Amino acid sequence: MAPLAPRTGDAVFANVERVNAELFTLTYGAIVRQLLTDLEEVEEVNKQLDQMGYNIGIRLIDEFLAKSNVSRCVDFKETADVIAKVGLKMFLGVTASVTNWDVDGTSCSLVLEDNPLVDFVELPDTCQGLYYCNILSGVIRGALEMVSMKTEVTWVRDMLRGDDAYELRLKLLKQVPEEYPYKDDE
Amino acid sequence: MVGREVSESCVDSMIIEMVSSYCDRFCSAKPELAARRIEAIGYQVGLQLSERYTMERPRFSDHLEAIKFICKDFWSELFKKQIDNLKTNHRGTFVLQDNRFRWLTRMSIDPSETNANTSDDPSVATTESKSAQSASMHLYFPCGIIRGALTNLGIPCAVSADMSNLPACSFVVRIKA
Repeated sequence: MAPLAPRTGDAVFANVERVNAELFTLTYGAIVRQLLTDLEEVEEVNKQLDQMGYNIGIRLIDEFLAKSNVSRCVDFKETADVIAKVGLKMFLGVTASVTNWDVDGTSCSLVLEDNPLVDFVELPDTCQGLYYCNILSGVIRGALEMVSMKTEVTWVRDMLRGDDAYELRLKLLKQVPEEYPYKDDE
Repeated sequence: MVGREVSESCVDSMIIEMVSSYCDRFCSAKPELAARRIEAIGYQVGLQLSERYTMERPRFSDHLEAIKFICKDFWSELFKKQIDNLKTNHRGTFVLQDNRFRWLTRMSIDPSETNANTSDDPSVATTESKSAQSASMHLYFPCGIIRGALTNLGIPCAVSADMSNLPACSFVVRIKA
């Protein structure tokens, strides 16, 4: 029998190699700043941050599956929970709460309780329209796509834009049935 | 936010993705421009980190003291180890060697390929040393970090990297007179 999925990522986070978050936060800030200079259009920066996140997500999922010890999620609700409590914790050291489910259980919100991407960040007025944390939505979209879930991930609340929290909307668009070249018990 | 940590793979994958975005997408036909942009990102990071790490310190009395700070405290904050060897010609050039540079140990580079850079025929070098080239692209980021950190300490300089003895990596700091 598969081990029960751990409900928190605390133990995993305690066991992975960790680094000083300042380097992470400042590097991300410097990347966003350089992209704003080089790409000029805020919309294009949003798009590229999402793309970079996607590229990271499709690779990080392997590490997640290898180290988190979670078993297959039975539905999207469980998937969202695992992202909020295990995935975010394991990589960023934070968790999110899952709320605002729609009736058919295919879209929900992740409300981040804390967000290491934005420490020390203040946006100037010229950056209106920038989704500063867009890399994160890209990572989640990319990672889910690798486990056969096509999703749309968008920011609905952003404290850098004056909202009272960071809220990501996760919408499951399509679940691609997995086809294995082998049987489960082989 | 003292003590906050994230997983190392977050930082690694962000840096790797940043370098490949600049090399393959934003400046695909212009490696020199990509290198400058990657260095500029590092410079910004170094400037800010150095500002934060020296907030409660007295000013450094000379260049050597500042370089030693980079080799010990600054490097330890970033890589949990110090620079292994420091050399200087006493005329403004310093060589900082890390015997096992963390950001290179994650990459697979064939050491024989790095020698292709010295080949007489540049076209041979470009085809044979693709992975060495991509590794050298990655080194513009730490070079920028060192330059930014020293600039913040009032020391304008140029920084280059030498990875001919992998996984050791040397950073050459030339202080501008």
